[in-house]
Amino acid sequence: MTPLVTRVSGVHRETADTWTLELEPPAGESAWSYRAGQFNMLYAFGIGEVPISISGSAARGGALQHTVRAVGMVSSALTRLKRGDSVGVRGPFGSAWPVEEAAGSDVLIAAGGLGYAPVRPVLHALLARRERYGKVILLYGARSPDEILFRRELEAWRGRFDVDIEVTVDHATGAWRGNVGVVTSLVRRAAFDHEHTLAMLCGPEVMMRFTVASLRDAGLADERMYLSMERNMKCALGHCGHCQFGADFVCKDGPVLRYDRIRERLAVREV
Amino acid sequence: MGETALQQRTLVVARADLQRLLDALRAEGYELIGPTVRDAAIVYDAIERVEDLPAGWTDRQDGGRYRLERRGDQALFGYAVGPHSWKRFLHPASLRLWRAQREGAGFRVDAQADPAPRYAFLGVRSCELHAIAIQDRVLIGDRHADPVYRARREGAFIVALNCGEAGGTCFCVSMKTGPRVESGFDLALTELIEPQRHAFVVRVGSEAGARILARVPHRDASAEERAAAEAVVAHTAQRMGREMETEGLPALLLRNLEHPRWDEVAARCLTCGNCTMVCPTCFCTSVEDVTDLTGEAAERVRRWDSCFTMDFSHLHGGAVRASAKARYRQWLTHKLATWVDQFGSSGCVGCGRCITWCPVGIDLTEEAGAIRHSDGARKGGGHGRT
Amino acid sequence: MEGLERIIREHSFFKDLDPKFVALMVGCARNVRFEAGEFLFREGDPADQFYLLRHGRVALEMVSPSGGAVTFQTLGEGELVGLSWFVPPYRWAYDARALELVRAISLDAVCLRRKLDEDHDLGYEVMQRFVPVLIERLQGTRLQMLDVYGKPAAAKAAKR
Repeated sequence: MTPLVTRVSGVHRETADTWTLELEPPAGESAWSYRAGQFNMLYAFGIGEVPISISGSAARGGALQHTVRAVGMVSSALTRLKRGDSVGVRGPFGSAWPVEEAAGSDVLIAAGGLGYAPVRPVLHALLARRERYGKVILLYGARSPDEILFRRELEAWRGRFDVDIEVTVDHATGAWRGNVGVVTSLVRRAAFDHEHTLAMLCGPEVMMRFTVASLRDAGLADERMYLSMERNMKCALGHCGHCQFGADFVCKDGPVLRYDRIRERLAVREV
Repeated sequence: MGETALQQRTLVVARADLQRLLDALRAEGYELIGPTVRDAAIVYDAIERVEDLPAGWTDRQDGGRYRLERRGDQALFGYAVGPHSWKRFLHPASLRLWRAQREGAGFRVDAQADPAPRYAFLGVRSCELHAIAIQDRVLIGDRHADPVYRARREGAFIVALNCGEAGGTCFCVSMKTGPRVESGFDLALTELIEPQRHAFVVRVGSEAGARILARVPHRDASAEERAAAEAVVAHTAQRMGREMETEGLPALLLRNLEHPRWDEVAARCLTCGNCTMVCPTCFCTSVEDVTDLTGEAAERVRRWDSCFTMDFSHLHGGAVRASAKARYRQWLTHKLATWVDQFGSSGCVGCGRCITWCPVGIDLTEEAGAIRHSDGARKGGGHGRT
Repeated sequence: MEGLERIIREHSFFKDLDPKFVALMVGCARNVRFEAGEFLFREGDPADQFYLLRHGRVALEMVSPSGGAVTFQTLGEGELVGLSWFVPPYRWAYDARALELVRAISLDAVCLRRKLDEDHDLGYEVMQRFVPVLIERLQGTRLQMLDVYGKPAAAKAAKR
């Protein structure tokens, strides 16, 4: 499968090491087609490819947003792209968040760090058809105030009456007057009906494990929690074998996996 | 009419006429690949003549051991399997996927459109047919199809071979993958070799097979010849070098992920990855993106990879399976357990190559058996010993 | 049993504990050992035993897929391993692994929780010994979390 070449239509710096790239639809297509939770393989010419979750659609123009943190050679190259540069794209790949299944339920989203990016499209989808869902709760933990992604958008949403947004940071200096503490502490304070809630979790595996524990303590059943897993990928087609997590290929059975399916695996070291 | 009828009959081709089979295949434009002796092993490579085959050779295999030995006769296929499998032709070890070229401010990508080779494989064993079917499932029968594999696979002509010798590490009987060839072939041969006779009993498995066989001198097999062919396979089935108890094997391994046996085998395993290279079903690959010296042209090359490498599975913090134990466990539980969840069958066909070619002779039948015999064992006594 | 009573009486955690309470503790106690590398407990396990170390060191670890096991605390002779036995949902939040041969007094938390319920004076004695450990560990964790020794973000930026 060869990459399609698309153009970068916008670059926004989110934090010290994280940028959001906006990519135009490939030539000949009027719009991207994707589901919340999916990812694209982004190719930086001559350097390589990495899986990047789709973090939203641009407000105007149909460009697709990908929030990239510079941690390695390829991601660093992607974060150095400018408007007008070209990027190779393969995708979208992977399983989606249960946005349809959540209709009629409360939705609790717990995100940690860069894990907010893959769930952001869920919030867009929920808010676009708000009447279909019960309570919508976002619990978002970041390392520090200047590592909160899409902060202005979150602050704007907090102004609404129909969505609960709680943000916390691990530590803060200076002007921050918001919560400081682990994101799991937010679960205890969140008001949701455990019998009619779907939870969607995305973040470092440790954070997801402990958030699951808190949600279970609150009575949420294992079949009502979804986690977005992460592993390195080379092909995103289920052929290279690298992304396997137990019996699942994160690229095609995941990245979104229901908790009851992966519960045993999460407790074993080095799976 | 004659071609369809050929598929219903059992036929015999004389040893002296075997070259005509090779010639017929080459005349149809196939690239002939078959067994031949090289570097003290029987490998699969391009061949032209019957003389290229390993006449009069057999192999002695055990854990970490492979030797060729002279036979007392001139059997052409009197050995088991060597380090190669057919995957090196269908799922090549190195393949350029595409090229990219800078263009103005951007770049373009050119897909590779090389025509696929048309191979005729000579001497494919039953275990190997099963392995090919397993790779078919993985590479073209799942959500995404690999076009290179598919093109090579569709163009391939298979001359299967009913084993007359069981290898020292073979256990196809346990895995129900042989030794009798059942399906998935164009032609299937059984070599009858005795002091007074050297011939091949032939079954035709497809129209393509019938077309080829029609150009080779053949006659109907007698009842005695048919019985002799059956006896060859029955004899082989009795002489398997290894056994694997498969009852409930996937669940057994998956409930024993913390079994102390994994640490024990890890102390021996070199994580060299030989097993994954020789295994006919291992399919993992990696890609390399390279540019030329000008930086204007780039290409992506796919190559075989092994789950035994340290960074096979990693996140930005480091390797997921840093220990040899975790990597061996991943390989074995994938091959024998999670493969079933993923693809509906075991990943192992009982060919024994991983046992033979492991430098320290690790034997997966022994490892699985050890875990089975102490199902549920854990390190330590749980809450401490008094 | 007499040996166990002496061991408990002499352990620093029970210093000055009234003999009648020592007797109650003995009823829930065992003398155990762990070989190097064995786990005392794993994250998610029910917190139904806890340990007072007599000899050897234990690492408290949290596991992440790429970092492997990160040790956030080590404990040794005289120290208490396991706090979550005291509060619901009585579940361990991390792994505890013996770094070397460990000898410890194992206390059956189910048994002890029952006794603490029945005898509030015993409950108070245990709380008085237990809460300071909790506070000391919490404060230590805060200091560790502040990461006061270096500036990892700057170091990462320099590597680019």
